[in-house]
Amino acid sequence: MTGRWRVRRSPSSESLAMRSLQVIWAVFTKDLRVEWRNRETVALMVVFGWLVIFLFNFTLEPAGEESLRVLPVLLWVTFAFVGILGFNRSFAAERENAGMEGMALAPADAGAIYLGKVLANLVFLGVAEVAVVFAASIWYNFSFIPSLPWFAAIVFLGTLGYVAVGTIFGAIAANTRMREVMLPVLQFPVSVPIFIGAVEATTGALRGRAASEFMAGIRLLVAFDVVFLILSYLLFEYVLEE
Amino acid sequence: MPPADLGPEPVLELRDVSKYYGDRAALEGVAFKVRPGESVLVFGPNGAGKTTLLRTLASLIRPSAGKVLFAGQEFHKVSAAAKAAIGFLSHATFLYPDLTARENLAFTGKLFGLQELNQKVDAALERFGVSDRASTLVRELSRGLQQRVALARVVLHDPRFLLLDEPFTGLDERTSRILEEFLAGVRAEGKALVFSTHDFAQGAQVAGRLLALAQGAVQYDGPMAGAPLAKLGIVGHA
Amino acid sequence: MNKSAWDNLHLAVTAVWLLAALYMIFLYAPQESTMGEVQRIFYIHMPTAVVALTAYSAAFLASMVYLAKRHRTADDFAYASAEVGFVFCTCVLVTGPLWAKPVWGIWWTWDARLTSTFVLWLLFISYLMLRRYLINPDQAEVLAAVVSIIGFADALFDYMSIRWFRTQHPQPVIAGGPGSGLDPKMQLTLAVSLGAFLCLAVYLIRQRVALARTARELSQLRRQSASKEARA
Repeated sequence: MTGRWRVRRSPSSESLAMRSLQVIWAVFTKDLRVEWRNRETVALMVVFGWLVIFLFNFTLEPAGEESLRVLPVLLWVTFAFVGILGFNRSFAAERENAGMEGMALAPADAGAIYLGKVLANLVFLGVAEVAVVFAASIWYNFSFIPSLPWFAAIVFLGTLGYVAVGTIFGAIAANTRMREVMLPVLQFPVSVPIFIGAVEATTGALRGRAASEFMAGIRLLVAFDVVFLILSYLLFEYVLEE
Repeated sequence: MPPADLGPEPVLELRDVSKYYGDRAALEGVAFKVRPGESVLVFGPNGAGKTTLLRTLASLIRPSAGKVLFAGQEFHKVSAAAKAAIGFLSHATFLYPDLTARENLAFTGKLFGLQELNQKVDAALERFGVSDRASTLVRELSRGLQQRVALARVVLHDPRFLLLDEPFTGLDERTSRILEEFLAGVRAEGKALVFSTHDFAQGAQVAGRLLALAQGAVQYDGPMAGAPLAKLGIVGHA
Repeated sequence: MNKSAWDNLHLAVTAVWLLAALYMIFLYAPQESTMGEVQRIFYIHMPTAVVALTAYSAAFLASMVYLAKRHRTADDFAYASAEVGFVFCTCVLVTGPLWAKPVWGIWWTWDARLTSTFVLWLLFISYLMLRRYLINPDQAEVLAAVVSIIGFADALFDYMSIRWFRTQHPQPVIAGGPGSGLDPKMQLTLAVSLGAFLCLAVYLIRQRVALARTARELSQLRRQSASKEARA
């Protein structure tokens, strides 16, 4: 994806595009490797996600039709909390020995570094989401199998947009006092369109409606993903430079 | 961005640089140039602006006034070439504790886009005597060994300008000796070295030029031999 | 005319204009037939909303200028606009429910305009909080500019998406636009009130920018006197 943007930017670009891909891959695999070594972030996200789902289930006790109304909202609220946890941790690891500064010192495209972190956060949040959905389907006696393709696509699109802003906000919040609080303050208002589109589309998909009926929600998610990935890709340079 | 033609001898320069933090001036009107082949000791009391100066040279701090130039051009306009030419050692090691020494260097190498990465990583680790610990997680290394890996990381991309902020702090004796040997050899390789230290005698052995700072301003900038140490208040340290 | 004379003139004009607006709102404008006196809050509610939106857009534009040119004044202007816009946005959120309760029978509903105004208010808060909570204040200008730009793009998005999905609620009972059949006296009152609030906002922003500049000059004087002392 970045490859093509770079090509348009500059004529001598094939190697630049390769360089960007190399940087994206390096950052992505570095984050996965760090996570694999300490296995802290994803484990924390999964457990936290289960706790949230459990608390909802236990206080709401929805059943039948009721659970279909509640489930989409509940899933996305859980994803939102779990995501915040992940983005904070993602930059806590960078902060330990000023890893972000170390990256800023390299002649690497800041946007590529951003996309590498986006990919890693996407994997972490994705894994946690699978665990959350699995727990929800058991506790709510709900089968996601019939609507799985659309459901998975909607979760992916919503998560991508959420991670796109979460990654740049995580990098910004890492520079503040009380960053655990600062991140949701930055993240939640900006994520309102994702919640609107994702809940709308998820509800339609889980109810087994025709895809045309919830396509507006999906379009909203796609538009959000595109706009905020590009915007953050361009702005990350300023975040890294500081 | 194609790498600009930087000529045979690029110069790293601060032109009338000031850096303010609220009511405090960390640097005040500093003019400073360094060329490959020079070895400069930045010396001054705590809070004199040594770290700010080095971080400004490394482009980690943007000056409040004045310019940072690389090869006569503004740093941010040639930042890819400039960053490739600079190796910066900070108080923080820039290392990921959950990666091994080799993985850390390989990661840095990829960010710098280095060719023949494996050989370069091996050579850098060898140079600071950490080859045998290359596969140990940085978390499990002693402070001294971590510092050696950090140094190997700094020289990995063979920078022409080495900016080292307090490289001797917290080092064990063996690492200290390795670092002294390394610094002594740097000038012969035609590289520029700018470093700070608390131990004037140790720094003076290596450096051919002294930049004395006090309260963010340059007190003296000239050859180490013949520097008015008494006037600068450095005698006690020597 | 020197700078402070201009400031005083601006202040005087603002004061007179606000008084005129007050007079028109409560004495000149005719009583609305279905809603009664409470409708008069509209002349405050709508202008403050316009000011809040304008201020957020101004902060966005100033942030773009700052990132491109690094003029301190652009950042001062962005910060001032955000602060002033936040105050006006709060007014919108206070006057809205006061009006809604007697007319709609409820304090709040998640209608498109209410929701997008509330999100705007949250965006103001996140921008202002970020500036206060940075460990290294040196980063404030750039990071705040980034947040302002993302926030502005998001405000547009919010507005579109909320309109798409939450249109079940009827359009606001009073349509404010021209040609909506609003009484000419009401239109004039609205225009005067809008002008007065814009004038006030510009005055506040100008003062805030001047204050930031003065604070910087003071810092510089302190630095100079400190370095003189050190040399002596």
